Order: sequence, then C-alpha cells, then structure tokens
Amino acid sequence: MKITIVGYGMAGARLADHLRGSGASITVIGAEKHPAYNRILLSNVVAGSMAPASVLLHAPDWAADNGIDLRLGVAVAAIDPGAHRIRLTDESTVDYDALVLATGSNSWIPPTDGLVTDEGTLAPGVVAFRNLDDCRQIVDLATRDTPVAVIGGGLLGLEAARGLAGRGCAVTVVHAVSHLMERQLDPAGGHVLARVLGAMGLEFRLGQVATNYLPGKGLQLDDGSLVAAELVVVSAGARPETSLAEAAGVAVDHGILIDDSLRTSAPDVYAIGDCTRHPGTVGGLVQPAWEQAAALAKLLTGADPQARYRGTASVTRLKTRGVDLASMGEVHVEPHTTDAEVIRLEDPSRGRYTKLVLRDDRVTGAIVLGAPDVAAAVTQLHDRGTPAPPDRMALLLGRAMPAGEPSSDPAALPASTVICRCNTVDLGGLLGAWRDGARSFDCLVSTTKAGTGCGSCRDTVSALSQRLAEQNPHPDPDPDPEKLGCNT
Amino acid sequence: MPVDARVEVATHCPYCALQCGMAVSEDRSVSPRDFPTNRGGLCQKGWTSASLLTTPGRLTTPLLRERRDAPLRPVGWTEALDYVALRLHELRDRHGPDAVGVFGGGGLTNEKAYLLGKFARVALGTSKIDYNGRFCMSSAAAAGIKAFGVDRGLPFPVADLADADAILLVGANVAETMPPFMRHVRPAADKGGLIVVDPRRTATAEAAALHLQPAPGTDLALALGMLHAVVADGLLQHSYITDRTTGFDEVWRIAAAWWPERVERITGVPAADQRAAVALLAKARNAYVLTARGTEQHATGVATVSAWINLCLALGLCGRAGSGFGCLTGQGNGQGGREHGQKADQLPGYRKIDDPTARAHVAGVWGVDPAELPGPGPSAYELLDSLGTERGPKALLTFGSNLVVSAPRAGHIADRLDSLELLVTADFILSETAAVADVVFPVTQWAEESGTMTNLEGRILLRGKAVTPPDGVRTDLDVLNGLAIRLGQPEERFPTDPETVFAELGRASAGGPADYSGISYDRLRDGEALHWPVPAADHPGTPRLFLDRFGHPDGRARFQPVEHTGPAEPPDPEFPLHATTGRVLQHYQSGAQTRRVPELLDASPEAFVEVHPDTALRLGVQDGQWATVTSRRGSVRARARYVPTIRPDTVFLPFHFPGAQRANLITNPALDPTSRMPEFKVCAVRLGPA
Repeated sequence: MKITIVGYGMAGARLADHLRGSGASITVIGAEKHPAYNRILLSNVVAGSMAPASVLLHAPDWAADNGIDLRLGVAVAAIDPGAHRIRLTDESTVDYDALVLATGSNSWIPPTDGLVTDEGTLAPGVVAFRNLDDCRQIVDLATRDTPVAVIGGGLLGLEAARGLAGRGCAVTVVHAVSHLMERQLDPAGGHVLARVLGAMGLEFRLGQVATNYLPGKGLQLDDGSLVAAELVVVSAGARPETSLAEAAGVAVDHGILIDDSLRTSAPDVYAIGDCTRHPGTVGGLVQPAWEQAAALAKLLTGADPQARYRGTASVTRLKTRGVDLASMGEVHVEPHTTDAEVIRLEDPSRGRYTKLVLRDDRVTGAIVLGAPDVAAAVTQLHDRGTPAPPDRMALLLGRAMPAGEPSSDPAALPASTVICRCNTVDLGGLLGAWRDGARSFDCLVSTTKAGTGCGSCRDTVSALSQRLAEQNPHPDPDPDPEKLGCNT
Repeated sequence: MPVDARVEVATHCPYCALQCGMAVSEDRSVSPRDFPTNRGGLCQKGWTSASLLTTPGRLTTPLLRERRDAPLRPVGWTEALDYVALRLHELRDRHGPDAVGVFGGGGLTNEKAYLLGKFARVALGTSKIDYNGRFCMSSAAAAGIKAFGVDRGLPFPVADLADADAILLVGANVAETMPPFMRHVRPAADKGGLIVVDPRRTATAEAAALHLQPAPGTDLALALGMLHAVVADGLLQHSYITDRTTGFDEVWRIAAAWWPERVERITGVPAADQRAAVALLAKARNAYVLTARGTEQHATGVATVSAWINLCLALGLCGRAGSGFGCLTGQGNGQGGREHGQKADQLPGYRKIDDPTARAHVAGVWGVDPAELPGPGPSAYELLDSLGTERGPKALLTFGSNLVVSAPRAGHIADRLDSLELLVTADFILSETAAVADVVFPVTQWAEESGTMTNLEGRILLRGKAVTPPDGVRTDLDVLNGLAIRLGQPEERFPTDPETVFAELGRASAGGPADYSGISYDRLRDGEALHWPVPAADHPGTPRLFLDRFGHPDGRARFQPVEHTGPAEPPDPEFPLHATTGRVLQHYQSGAQTRRVPELLDASPEAFVEVHPDTALRLGVQDGQWATVTSRRGSVRARARYVPTIRPDTVFLPFHFPGAQRANLITNPALDPTSRMPEFKVCAVRLGPA
C-alpha cells in the first residue's frame, strides 16, 4: 500500500505519525523547507516565550528513523487521479494507492493598496502571520518600541498583537468589523475583550478598513486617518488551499468536500485538515484536523474499517497571557429569544463577560471571558452534552460562589460540627468533655484527643476553651483531674 | 520473663506507612512519641490501635475443615501443620511445584516478607508468589526505577517537607490517609503553596491554595499540560536538564501538543489553574511533587507517574537538597515489602530474579543451587485470576492480605478462591478471606512480636514486642518454619527469631539497591536513623538519595516519553458516570482490623457513595438512602451522600467494607502493561436507588 500525503503541516504530520509502523509505504511532501511544526504555538514564538526550535513537531531524523520518504521544499504541481500519480514542481512523479490532501490554508490578503507588490509578493515591512518563516520575520522586525499595525482582529491577529505588545511594540489592531472576533463573540463580548486588551496597551480601530499602505509610515484608513507602523502584520483570515484539487477536478466548495470517511469526490483521494469542508465542522482549528487524521489512519491501515469522522464540537480558546477567553457553539442567539434559554453576565470594568445558550438543559453555546473556572466547567458540559446544573447562576459564577464561612465563634456552631477530623471529635464531644471537668485546653486535648492528629484544629479548640471559660466564670468545682486522665 | 504492666515499649503504629512513633505498655495502652514522622501526633486509628490486641473474636487456635461445605473446627497446631504439609505434598506431586501459590502483603514485617519469599522459592519451589503491594505501590515503583534507577518512595526524610514553599500532592488525601503527615505539609500550606490534584474536594484539598479537580483517568493529560506551561511560561531549567538528565527533547515533542487549553477540555482543569500551579512550583525556593494511589492505580499508572516525574525534572527539583519527587507509600511496610523477595519478579535487596548475578548471590546466602530457584511468576491479579484453573495454582497460602475485599473485581476473585483445592490463611482474626479458607493459622500481630518495618522515607524501624501474645497463637515465622520442616527443609534454613532472620536478610540484600547489610537490631535499638542503602556496619545510612547522581549507570535521570490515552473504560450511555474509590480516615485497607475497633466503626460504619446533588436528584437517589452503583462487573450497595463539591460526572466509594458493600465488586481489572497495577481508580458505572 503506497500512501502519499500532500502537506507536512499539523494534519499531514499527525496522519504520518499514525501510519508509521503500519507496513504502508509512506511519502510525505512538504512545501516548506523545515520539519513540521506546531502552528498553535506560533503566537508563543511571536511573543518570545518559545524558540522556533521548540515548536517543531518532529526531530530532524524522524523520517529516516521511520522509513518515511519525506520530500521537503518541493510542491505538487498536478494530480492525475486516473493514473494514481502526482507530479512535483521538480518534475519528478510519485505513484500512489491512496492520496491524502492536507494542504492547509493560505492567508487572505485584503485589497489594501500597496500591501502587495507588482510581482505579487508582500511589500517590504508587510508580513502575513501564517507560518514559521513569517514568525521569524516578525520577530526580526519587531524590536522594542516599533510601531506595529495588525490587520485583523480575529483569534490569530489578537494573539499576534498581544505577543508583540508584550515585546514592547506599540500595537494597533485594524479590524473591518465593529467588534473583535465576530465569529466567536457577540458585540457585547467583543467590546469587553477590547477593553481588556486595551488595558494591556493595545489600540483598536474597529469597523475601519485600511485603504493604503504607505511604506515607512503606516496604514491609511478609510476615514483618512493614519495608523503609524513600521511593521504591518496581516492576519485577516485564511482560505482553504484547494487549487491543486480544483485543477484535478476534485469537488470543491469553500474547501475540498469530504464525507465521514474523509473521501473526496475522486477515487482514492482523501483530504483532512484546513483545506477541507466537512458538514459538521468549523474550519481553522486543529482538533478537527487531528480527529480526521486519527479516523483516516484507521481506515487506510484497515485497523478499523468502521472508523468515521462525524464532526467536532468546536471550542475556541484565545491563548494569550493575561486573557482567558473561551467561545463555543451558537453564540449569536439573542437574549430574548423564546426557543432557547440565554443567560448573560456582564462586568466590563473587571473584564468579565459570560453568556450561556441552553436548549433542553444542554449548553449549546457559550462565551466565557475572564472566568477561567467557569470556562472549564462550561466546556465540559458542552462537549459531553450532560445536563447543566439547575442553578444556572451558580454555574456562571464558578468559584465566585460564596462558600459557607465558618463562624468565628466555635461555640455558635451546631453540636454535630466535626472539629477534629483526625480523631472524629465534634463540638458536642468537646462541650461534653468540658462539662465533665476538662476545663483547660490541655485537658480538652488529652481527654478527647482533639488536635493530636494533624494538629490543624488546635487553634479552634483553644478558642473554644477560652470562650467557655468566659461564658462560665464560676463553673462547678473541677472533678478530680486524676480521674479525668489529665492534669489541669 | 515477667513484664511490668507500666513499662512502655517504643514501637510504631500498626497501620499506614507513616509508621507514627508510639509507646505501648503491657496493659495495652498507647501513647504517641515525638518521632520525626508524626512529631507527637496520632490519628484516631493510632489512638485506638491497642484495642486490636484485645479484640473479641481473636483467633487462638488453628481452624481446619476437610470439606468446603463443613464448618471450620478448632484443631491443634501439629494437626493443622501436618494437614497443610500433606496436602501441599500431594498437589506438588500431582501437578508440580507451581501448583502452589503464595500471596503476601505490604503490612508484613521485612523479616516475614523475606522469609515468605524464601519459603516460596526454596521450600515450595514455586514461581507463583506475589503480594498486595502490586495493588498499591507498583506503578510508582516502576516509574521511579525508569526515571531514577532506584525506587525509594521518598528519597529524602519526610521532615524535609517542612522547609518547602510549595508542594504538589497528586491523588493523595493525606489529611485522611495519614493525618499526622499534614504537620509536614502545613508550613507550605500556610504560605499558600499547597496544590492538590484530586477529582474530589477532600479534606486535603480543603487545605490547599489551589485545588485542581481533573476528571478521573485524565491525570496524565494534566501533567502534560503543566509541562507545556513550564516551557511556554519560560520556567524550564535548561542547565539542570543539560547537566543531570536525558531525553527531554522527545518528551517535549509530546507535551508540545498538550497546551493547557487543550488539556482543560479533557481534564476540566482550567488552563489558568494549570499555569498558576506551575508558577507556584517554579517560584518556590524549595518545592516537592508527591504522588499517591489516586494517580497511580490506573491501567496507565506507570506512564502517569512518569509524566509527573517529567514535570518535576523540567523544574529541576529532583536530586536537589530541599526539593524533589516522591511517592507516598500506603501500607505500613509497603516500602520494605517490595524489597525483600515476595514480589513475583524479585529477590531480596530489590534484585531482579532474572538477573544471573542476583540469583547466584541470593542462592549462595540460602545455600541452594541458583539453578533451582524458579524464575519470575505472574503478577498479583493474573495469579489470582488463574487460581483453580487448569494451568493455575490449586492451592494458595495467604499472609497479611484480605483478598475477598481488596482484590479488583472482587466477586470474580472470590469465585477463584472457591475453586481452589486448598486455601490456607494466616491471620489474627477471621477476616473475610480466612472465613472461606480450609485452614487458618492464628498468628501474632504488631505489638505481640518484634520485627522491622521500612517506612515511607526508606527508614528502617524496629517495632519491639510490647505485650505477651495470647496463648495458642504463633508468629508467621513459626508457621513458615513449621511448614518448611514438614516439606523437608533443614530447620536452620527457616529461623523463627526475627533478629536472626534480619541478619540473614541483610546478607541477602548486600550489594543490591536496597542494601540493609549494615543495619543491625542493635543499631536500631540505639535509635539510629537509618535510611537505606546502609552497606556497612559503620555506614551512616542515606537519608537523601540522588544529590550527586541518579541511580542509572550514567548518573542521569531519564525523562520518559509518555502520551495520554485515557481510562480503560470511558463512560458511555449505559454506564454514564465515572466511579473512583478510596479511603476514609477511620479505616485501613480492607477494614479487617479497623472494622473491629468500636470507636472507628461507630464513626464510619458502612459504605457510602459520594454524589453531586444535581446528579443524584436526576437519578432519583435521595441523600442518606441506600443506592446501587453498577458496573459491567457487578453492583455495590452504599448509602448516598450528597457532596456539592464533587464533579457531577463522578461518584466516589470507600473500599473498606465487606459483602454487598465491597467497592471492588465494580472495579476494573484492566492492568498496567508494566506494573500490572489494576485500574482501581476509574471505571464506568450507573447509579440508582437501591
């Protein structure tokens, strides 16, 4: 079985990892010159918390160690599905029994004048935020105090912007929509997020479009204002890379169309990851790509002919220091709709915003900003489809829920309150010992054993003995301490 | 020798591995001693331990039945020993030496554990010996050996913990399982540096600044997420990794794919909390990572512990004075019990039974031909699962364990015990396992005999005889001696005096990783603090391992590449909840001892199931009412206890109770590939009213 994987990104590398050792003859074709890397971590590289070498998915000798034919720095020029053969840009050909397209996506470059040169490349001072080389370039250009403009206030744009601000750059985000991350946030959530990021030093130009790039000066916006920038980072969205598939006659509609068996319209041609469009899946996230790779590996190796990919419930997390944001499912449902239950909690001055959408007791959508423990709990409910707690507010408040504060006066607690867990002594037991004549801390301890285990309740026992002495200044004469077994 | 009723003998508690120092007098009263592990503290189990010495139902005569349907009847020692020896002879003649199995325990003294292993290999010639420590420490032990080359639960004295700024406790509920241990944790807790990983908000978690509450069976993912955070937040100790370890790059390539937000989705632990925990550990002057059964008793137990060790190595904590990694041993002699040859694959001194040099050395001490020693045998669950089958043992001798309650998938194991031709048990009371045996030997306990224990920090302790045993009982060493002679062994090969056995154990262990050869009863009586290895009579012991080098030949610690796979039995529509099992403060292990102490039974009389009120209400289970928890393997009855702090997808059961209340009726015997540890801590269940 000859399996050829076109694309050595997160999806292609994952599939190759699943397939190695299966006996199949594997060829992987990667257009970039270096080993596969973890795209999710690129914002760490921009932020400077990880070296480029730390984001590599494979060691340099991975292919040799696993008997994989890895071709780097070469692209596929054409597919001949009938002949089961591909032709590479170096004019060599590779035959396949199964072909897997994992070509990913490309940055979309907005039609701002001057961003792209006549040769079709990005102008000097302009970098797309897409691959590892882009990150290296951004890091080289973004020295301290450099003014930077980021085009695009989506997930990746904001991660890059936050990372650059952390490096000391003066960052302005230009976003064509009137609120940030409009796919994952409703307007109210987007505004709270802008406020949080604004407090970290980011500037925003929302609902505005860059019309001109003026090298050395910056971006001119549609209201005529100028955003000063020596570096422009473009992160305005991605488009599935489908040109190869289209040219080969494979069905494409905003992505290579695939079914639950990861099959395309062409025989023995499969596709996974960002280049695809699957009915139950939101593109651009790694989790679906990895789940598709796992299912396809089982199918191609015959390990599980029944394996299917049925879609992934998408959860988007903004991964950037100091901001905790989760968004999942249907987030744009209006609060006053009648066919769903919508709960919102807005605390913009403290950077918190939560919105829950429920249907039949299940969480079908949520935005959770600034409440990490709520995000974790809501995500689990959403992923597992388990019923939400009847007290929705408690869910939204998370750890902010007031815990029952123990009374400062131990004598005011119920008699059944366990004071010493290590020796199972409750308040009633201590009061009984006091009545029986244990009139001091030491005597209470030695008769009840309270405080003799881990010792953490000794302060409470001491407070209790003082309190009892104050409340009963003239108790009955002490019984014989000898008889009690303690020395008062 | 007459004994003064008020003379106190310095000894240690009969229960857990903390081995709290206590004094016991002939009038059977207990008082705490100011010993480094408990610093004058005792929990309720310790305070009430002396009542075991006068417990009603104490066995004082051997019991025997020739037929399984007949009642056990009292017989004399000679008759009982003769009978067992005769039956063992017959079975061995018919089926060969492997027809007899031996099952030991982590509560046995070093002397008993050692002599039991020798008895199995020499007197019986069987390879089929293992012990209940397999259900306890085996995952941590295997991971420790992989990473450090040596397994000693805590490679530092427990008192060192008091100087820590941060402690990460993983699957450890010490506030209930070894309460005086909290005295060592308290300083870190007071500084806001205690982090607890547990699906339940336990008494220990209540004391923590940060409680991470992962779904059962997802600890490995959590450890990977935290390792990722170490790197992403710039906290990796590069020079330590270069100087003292190998294998980091491969580990990072796995952890790189487990960013905290992805881990949050699987574990339910907020990404922010993962980062906060890592920051607490990294910024501490001194920090420790300690694991216990909650994270170890899984079919991926070894990999999971390895993942925690990886985290600890990435932070540069191991092999540094004042910081480190350790696992908290459970049973009283869980440490010593795994070092002296009652484990299926080991010989005394923590030697491997398939190592020719080790075989030659130990056979030399025993005066036998190395070729006569059997090879490695099956692990505990596999041994028990094979009982009474065509290829399995036809007879089993158990010492210091109560399998009917403590084995995973307990209903099945009870059936296997039933199918034996001969079940022999040594115990001091009629435990649930003794009650189904053919022969029961009544033996001494704890304060009625002398012996050594090795506590959780690898320190060897002398438990002195404090009281005179009741008439009619004998020590386990006597039982082994009596059987060995009847099996044709020379009497001197199986001494009955513990000090003599210990001296021989020392010679057998000499040169092994757990080298006791420099320890003597005299040094212990003098109060010397001796942590192994102690290779010579003038050697001061080794309180802190790894300060200069780790136990591998290159002196380096080894990162282990481990990947998260999840529980063996994930929840599904039929069994939608996770069940996890554990301990309560008042009981120890199967409860065979503690359920006989009235104060403890009053405080904790019956099985309960902790459940979130939302979950319970949906299922019609009322607080305080009996409920049934059912898995693919069986059902357990327990009283429902509403606990609003438990995860709504998880129920918890203590495993100390017998009969229909045995939590192990539902547990999953899926085994770890390396340690053969069963998956006690997570299985899929459904809950309903009883």
